[in-house]
Amino acid sequence: MEINFTLNGRPVTGSVPPGLPLLDLLREKGCFSVKCGCETSCCGLCTVLLDGVPVLSCSVLAVRAGGHAVTTLEGLQEEAKEFVPFIAAQGADQCGFCNPGLVMNTIALLRENPNPTDDDIRAYLAGNLCRCSGYESQLRGIRSYLNSRNSRREDA
Amino acid sequence: MQAYHVVGRSIPKKDAMQLLLGKPVYTDDIAPPGALVVKLLRSPHAHALVEDIDVSAALQLPGVAAVYTWKDVPARRFAIAGQTYPEPSPYDRLILDRRLRFAGDPVAIIAAEDEDSALRAMKLIRVTYQKLEPVLDPRTAKDGPVLVHPEEDWVPTYPVGGDNRRNLVASGGDSSGDVEAVLADCDIVLDRTYHTKAFQQAMMETFRTYTTLDRYGRLHVISSTQIVFHVRRILSNALGIPKSKIRVEKPRIGGGFGAKQTAVCEVYPAFVTWKTGRPAKLVYTREESQIAGSPRHEMEIRVRLGASREGKIRALDLYTLSNSGAYGEHGPTTVGLSGHKSIPLYTGGLEAYRFAFDVVYTNLQPAGAYRGYGATQGIFAVESAVNELAGLLDMDPVVLREQNIVREGMVMPAYYGETANACALDRCLARCREMFDWERRWPVRDMGGGRVRSAGVAVAMQGSAIAGVDVGSATIRLGDDGCYSLLIGAADMGTGCDTILAQMAAECLDCPVDSISVFGADTDASPYDSGSYASSTTYVTGKAVELACGQLKDSIRALAAEMLDCAPEDTQFQGTGVKSLATGREVTLEEISYRAQVNNQISVEATATHSSPFSPPPFMAGMVEIELDKHTGQVTVLDYMAVVDCGLPINPALARVQTEGGIVQGIGMTLTEDVTYDAGGKPIERSLMQYKLPTRLDMGRLRVEFEHSHEPTGPFGAKSIGEIVINTPAPALAQAIYRATGVWHRSLPITPEQIALAQTT
Repeated sequence: MEINFTLNGRPVTGSVPPGLPLLDLLREKGCFSVKCGCETSCCGLCTVLLDGVPVLSCSVLAVRAGGHAVTTLEGLQEEAKEFVPFIAAQGADQCGFCNPGLVMNTIALLRENPNPTDDDIRAYLAGNLCRCSGYESQLRGIRSYLNSRNSRREDA
Repeated sequence: MQAYHVVGRSIPKKDAMQLLLGKPVYTDDIAPPGALVVKLLRSPHAHALVEDIDVSAALQLPGVAAVYTWKDVPARRFAIAGQTYPEPSPYDRLILDRRLRFAGDPVAIIAAEDEDSALRAMKLIRVTYQKLEPVLDPRTAKDGPVLVHPEEDWVPTYPVGGDNRRNLVASGGDSSGDVEAVLADCDIVLDRTYHTKAFQQAMMETFRTYTTLDRYGRLHVISSTQIVFHVRRILSNALGIPKSKIRVEKPRIGGGFGAKQTAVCEVYPAFVTWKTGRPAKLVYTREESQIAGSPRHEMEIRVRLGASREGKIRALDLYTLSNSGAYGEHGPTTVGLSGHKSIPLYTGGLEAYRFAFDVVYTNLQPAGAYRGYGATQGIFAVESAVNELAGLLDMDPVVLREQNIVREGMVMPAYYGETANACALDRCLARCREMFDWERRWPVRDMGGGRVRSAGVAVAMQGSAIAGVDVGSATIRLGDDGCYSLLIGAADMGTGCDTILAQMAAECLDCPVDSISVFGADTDASPYDSGSYASSTTYVTGKAVELACGQLKDSIRALAAEMLDCAPEDTQFQGTGVKSLATGREVTLEEISYRAQVNNQISVEATATHSSPFSPPPFMAGMVEIELDKHTGQVTVLDYMAVVDCGLPINPALARVQTEGGIVQGIGMTLTEDVTYDAGGKPIERSLMQYKLPTRLDMGRLRVEFEHSHEPTGPFGAKSIGEIVINTPAPALAQAIYRATGVWHRSLPITPEQIALAQTT
C-alpha cells in the first residue's frame, strides 16, 4: 500500500506491505533508535510519537501512519540532550537498549506534565521495562534534571 | 583509604550519550542490509527423533537460499558454554541433531533473502517425528529408564563425574569434619528442602549474531556476546574450521546477565555463511529467547542445619540436585557454587560441613549461566534455613547471624580453604540494621483490613573471578597527542567495565579519564581475556590494566631518558610528561609520542596478562519490608535496604546501579517470574506478557550503601559486584512472607495464589 507520512519533520512516501509493523518500517528508514524488546507490547522499547502521542510501534501497522507525523528519537536529539546527561550522571543508562523508549516516553511525560511528582513519573513510565537498572537510578536522574531546571528558572 | 583522583569517582559511562541518544551501536543496527535472514524450525516435542525430513518444497520457494537439516552438518559434538578450555561442560551437541531433546531444539536452519520467505519456507518443511517418552522430572532423571543422551560419541572433556548412560551431567561433593557426628550432637537439626526454577535473564536485547566473510575470506562474526574468544573456539569446534579463520567481535550489548556467556545462536548464521559464502543474520524473537535460551539451572537443595539451643550454627549438610535440561552447558560448574558460596557465610562457628550434588539431563530447555550462577540458589536455601532456625529459636535473625557469620581473617574451609582477607560482612549487617531501622520493622504490624507489614533479612557472598583459571589482559598504548588507547578482551554488556577500566588506567597514568579511549572486544585486536563472566572483569582484567600501565610508564620513561640525556632511573613520570630529576627539564607526552615515531626501538605500548589464585568474595546484607494482603496473597515490596562490601567501589554510581538492578531481578524471581510447562514439557511462559518482569511499580524503594574493605590482591583494593547483588531478595522476602502469614514457602516463585491458599487461618 502507498502511504505518505511525516518522519521527524520530513515527508516520506513509500509502498508498504499491509501487515508491516511501524517498528519495522522505521528501522528500514534508518531510525535505529527504535528497538524491539518483546513483540507483545509489554516492554516499551519501541515507543515513538504519533502526532505527538507516544505509541508502541510494534503494535501499530505502518499503514496507519499514513497522513500522520511520526517522531523518533532521531528527531528529538536536542530535546533529549537537555535531560539525558542527568540520567548518565546516575549510571542509569546501563546496557542502553531500553534507553530510546524511556527517553521518548519521558519527553512525552514532560511535555504533558512539566512538573511531575515521583509517583507521576513511576506511573507514566510503568510500561518501560528495564532489566539492568532496577529503575531507581532512572528516577533519580529525572528528578535531578527537574530540580536543576527549576532552580535555573528561579535564578532567571 | 588512599586518595585517588579518578578511581572511586562516579564518572558517567563512556558510551552513555551514544546509548541515551539512541545511536546505532548494537548488532542489528550495524549489520549491513542484504544479509540472509536465518530462521530455525524448532521441535514441537520435548523428545523425538526426526524420522524423515523433506525440504524440497521449501527450497523451491523464491527467495530461499538454503535449508539445512541434520544430514548437512558436521558429525562432531561440541559445547556452547563459554568456558576456559578444557571446558567442564560435556561436548554433547551437534549443530542439528536427529534426536530432538527439548521443545524448541532446532530441526532445520532456513536462510532466505527476507523474513517472509524464511517463515513461509519453514511451513513447507515436512517432518515426520517419532515421538519419544520425555524425561521431565529431574528427581527421577538419574538412572531413569529413558536416556536424554544415549549417543556413543558423548564426550566429557573434563572429569566432572558425568555419565550419559545415567542421565548424569556431573556429580561430586566435598566435606570437612564429621558432619554426621556433629549433627548427632546438636540440640536442633533442621532438615529442609528448597526449590528454585529455571528463571530467565530476559535481557532487553535478545540473542543475535551477524556473520560474513571478510576481505581475506575469513569468517567475521559480529555478535551480542560476553565471550568473544570462547565463541571463536566454539565456532571452530562446531564448524570444523581452524580458529585462525575466525574473527569474533562484539559491539554494544543490550544486556547479558550471563545469558550471553553461552553461544546460544552464533553457530547457526556462522554455518550459513560458511556454506553459502553470504552474509547472514539471526535475531532471536523474545519467544525463542524464552524457550531456547540459557536460563538459570533449576535446583532442589536439601539443607540439614545443626545448631545449639543458644543459636550457634555447628554443621551444614547440603545436597543439590541441579537440572541442566537437554544439554550440559554450565551444569558441572553452576552446581558447585550452590554449596561453596553459601556454606562459607557461616564459617564463624561451623565445625563440619558436607556438600554433595548431582546434575541431571532432562528433556527441558537447557540451562546456562545467570548472574549468581548457582550461588543464588544455594543462598536461598541456606539463608532460608538460617531464618527458619531463628524462627524456631524465637531469635532475632540479625543477632543469630552476628553470632555465626564469617569475619575478616577467617579461613573458610568450605571456600577452598581461602582466607577472608577483606570482609566487612559484620559492618554491612550492622549498618543495614541501623539504616533500615530493623528494630522497629522486625515486629509484625497489623495495618487493618487484612493487611500486614513484616520484614526479612539475608546475607550473601559470591566470588571475584574463577580462581586459578580466568585470564584478563589489557594493552595500553600511547597515542600521538599524548592520549592513550586501552584495548581489552573483556565485554562491557552495559555494566560499565569499559569506563571503570579506563578509570583505573587514568589513575595509574595520572591523567583525566577522557584521555583514555577504550576498544573491545575483538579477537583480531584485543589481548586475550576469558571474557566478562564470573564477576571477573574488575578484579582480574582491572589488575591487568594496572600492570600494563606500570609497564608502559617504564617504556615512556626509557624513551624520555634518551631525550633528556639521563638514565631512566633519573626520570619521573608526571602524567603530562616526564621530568629529569637532575636538571628538572621536562618533555611532554606529545613530544615523547612523536619521538617514538622516529628512529625508535622502544615500544610505547604494553600488554599485561593477569590471573589470580584467589577469588575474594564480596559480601552483602539485605533487608526488606513488605505489606502483605492476607485476603489476596498480594505482596507489596515497600523498602529494600542493602549494604555491600565490594572492596573499593571503582565507580560508586555504577556499583550502586548494579546493586539496584540485581535486587530488582531478585525480587522478580521471588514474586512474579514463573517457569511452568505443559504436560508434554513445553514452556508456558513464552512472552513477556506471561513471564512477568518487575516494572517500576513493583519494587518499592531501594537504598544501597557500601562498606569498604581492602582486598590486597585486587586492583585498588577492589573485589567484584556484578553477581552477588541478586542473592539476598529471595530468602529475605520468603522470611517476610513467613512473618506475615506463619507459612514458610520453600519453592520460588512465591505467588499471591500460593500465599493465599497456604494460609491456615
